[in-house]
Amino acid sequence: MNQLMIFKIAFRALARNKMRSALTMLGIIIGVGAVIAMVSIGQGAQASVQAQIASVGTNLLFVGAGSQNVGGVRSGTGATSSNTLTVDDIEAIRREIPSVAMASPTVNARSQMVFGNQNWNTQVQGVNEQFPQIRKWQIQSGEFFTEADVRTASRVLVIGATVAENLFSGLDPVGQSVRVRELPFRVIGVMARRGQDGQGRDQDDIAIAPFTTVQKKLLAITHVQFAHVSAVSPEATYLAQEQITDLLRQRHKLAPNQENDFFVRNLTDVAEAADETNRIMTLLLASIASVSLLVGGIGIMNIMLVSVTERTREIGIRMAIGARSSAVRTQFLIEAVVLSLMGGVIGIAVGLTISLLIPWLLTWPTLVSPTSIIGSVLFSAAVGIFFGYYPARKAASLDPIDALRYE
Amino acid sequence: MSTVAEIDLSTEAKHADVETPLARPVIQLDHIHKIYTMGDVEVHALRGVSLTIREGEFVAIMGASGSGKSTMMNIIGCLDRPSRGAYILDGQDVSELSKDERADIRNRKIGFVFQGFNLLSRTSALENVELPMLYAGVEGAERRRRALDALASVGLAGREQNHPNQLSGGQQQRVAVARALVNQPALILADEPTGNLDSRTSVEVMEIFQRLNREHGITLILVTHEPDIAEYAKRIIVFKDGRIKRDELVADQRDAAEELRNLPEIVDEEED
Ligand SMILES: Nc1ncnc2c1ncn2[C@@H]1O[C@H](COP(=O)(O)OP(=O)(O)OP(=O)(O)O)[C@@H](O)[C@H]1O
Ligand SMILES: [Mg+2]
Repeated sequence: MNQLMIFKIAFRALARNKMRSALTMLGIIIGVGAVIAMVSIGQGAQASVQAQIASVGTNLLFVGAGSQNVGGVRSGTGATSSNTLTVDDIEAIRREIPSVAMASPTVNARSQMVFGNQNWNTQVQGVNEQFPQIRKWQIQSGEFFTEADVRTASRVLVIGATVAENLFSGLDPVGQSVRVRELPFRVIGVMARRGQDGQGRDQDDIAIAPFTTVQKKLLAITHVQFAHVSAVSPEATYLAQEQITDLLRQRHKLAPNQENDFFVRNLTDVAEAADETNRIMTLLLASIASVSLLVGGIGIMNIMLVSVTERTREIGIRMAIGARSSAVRTQFLIEAVVLSLMGGVIGIAVGLTISLLIPWLLTWPTLVSPTSIIGSVLFSAAVGIFFGYYPARKAASLDPIDALRYE
Repeated sequence: MSTVAEIDLSTEAKHADVETPLARPVIQLDHIHKIYTMGDVEVHALRGVSLTIREGEFVAIMGASGSGKSTMMNIIGCLDRPSRGAYILDGQDVSELSKDERADIRNRKIGFVFQGFNLLSRTSALENVELPMLYAGVEGAERRRRALDALASVGLAGREQNHPNQLSGGQQQRVAVARALVNQPALILADEPTGNLDSRTSVEVMEIFQRLNREHGITLILVTHEPDIAEYAKRIIVFKDGRIKRDELVADQRDAAEELRNLPEIVDEEED
């Protein structure tokens, strides 16, 4: 008895019951489709977070005053009351650490901005002239301030797109004069639009001034709250983090048993935390979808069992005309595997279609992975064999005389 | 036991008279017993049946209900094994064969025709007839050609694509006959093949059997309750209580082909 013939027999048997075959496949179609669609959502989210982080620049490090949990993912833009970090500290970081390319002292002041009869409350961030390069942030129009502006603490502002819209409503902001805490500032540039950051905050709701200006004119302080630091390469960030820590501990004369009075945060840590969250989400989605695949498999077993009972007479006929038990068993096994594999293939098509539609309908990014496709094909074949084996064995163990007499 | 031996002897004696002495035995049953056990109750369905059937014979088996006819057909057809006794089919001792070996023998040497037709539903006549060849591993074109030939020989040319529910009872039984003969078996076994058919359709099926027997030399064994059907055979064996009661040759064998010619042709309604 050759295997090709048994395939033929199994296909003919399936074709005789198209409706039942289709219904049996439905469980697997939904299961495989769900796995592929769900995994594509999870991986799409992962990919978009990674792309966002890459655009910010993975060379980026934050140094902050005060002790803050280094492993945490909280943003460093909130004001702190510690005054442990000085401009000289940041200068030292820039000059003395070879793995650091650029560094900018940073101070933040929330302020009311007034232009004509418009006003807008925003974050005024004081930085130095290297800031656009450190953050990989382009200027949209006008220009960024220079080192001379920083040295002389000139009252110039470069504003974000959101501020430009709300304060100037269509007017060209460059060259205009605005009042910040009653002091006149000249707008010299507008930053390119960046959109939301990883936590959903509007990055364009900002006004940027020389840090010296913000220190003296707005906050009346001499220390700095943060520093934006750029390592020479993404790989150098960990080394830079260590060296900054060592340098600052030394400069702050901390004893070995004393805690840091500053923190250095690496953006890669933030990226990894976000990545981990997404990986867990992908896994969760995949396992929920796998349950439906399992239910589909049980559906196959159920239908195959019903089918064996319903087709007892057919089995008797086959045995009477010379089918060996093994041929009957193989036939039923092949039927189950063919049903689940065909269901798997249709399920892949459905899953891919859904993955393509989701970005359209829900504006979520999706990313189809070959692993999920190969995985679901293998899984559905395994489901067929696993759940098809018991009914097939039951069919093969029938006695031909009893089976023929079955009503 | 003595009666069994006597009958056995007389069978052999009668055979020697009429059949060609050279005809090879196809079936040799030697003191076959079959005991069914249902809980504590033992049913002795066959009580020592000894029988020889030679190549080219056409045997009708008769007897009251429950006398063991089907039980014996199942044993002859290698669907079942005797509880005791020896069975030699076509020169091969088959009483001790395994399940798979018996399946192969059924496939190659035996064709079955049942009272209830036992065709695969929702399957064309052609595919039904192809089925035994699928299990025998006959390749596509050859399989198709032989199935078409077999269907044509039972007068069903043109009905190859019909499903069983699109065929009359007589036509379904003819598909079953085509399926039984397609693997060129040494033996065709028919358990009450005309039990579900009207008299005219019965004669048509008997005509096919007689033709297969005469022209192709196929050995036929047929179980029937109807004495007039039995008379189409060459030899009648009567069972009673699991034993052979009578075994005799038919003096005046009926000829189904001739009777069909003399019957008035009934158009269309004949097979409903
Ligand atoms: N599977 C079985 N289990 C138990 N007893 C059985 C079984 N098959 C047959 N018998 C018994 O064996 C005896 C012979 O049955 P068998 O079917 O051979 O009779 P039969 O001559 O074919 O009758 P009928 O003309 O009604 O078909 C009966 O008493 C029947 O009840
Ligand atoms: Mg019977």
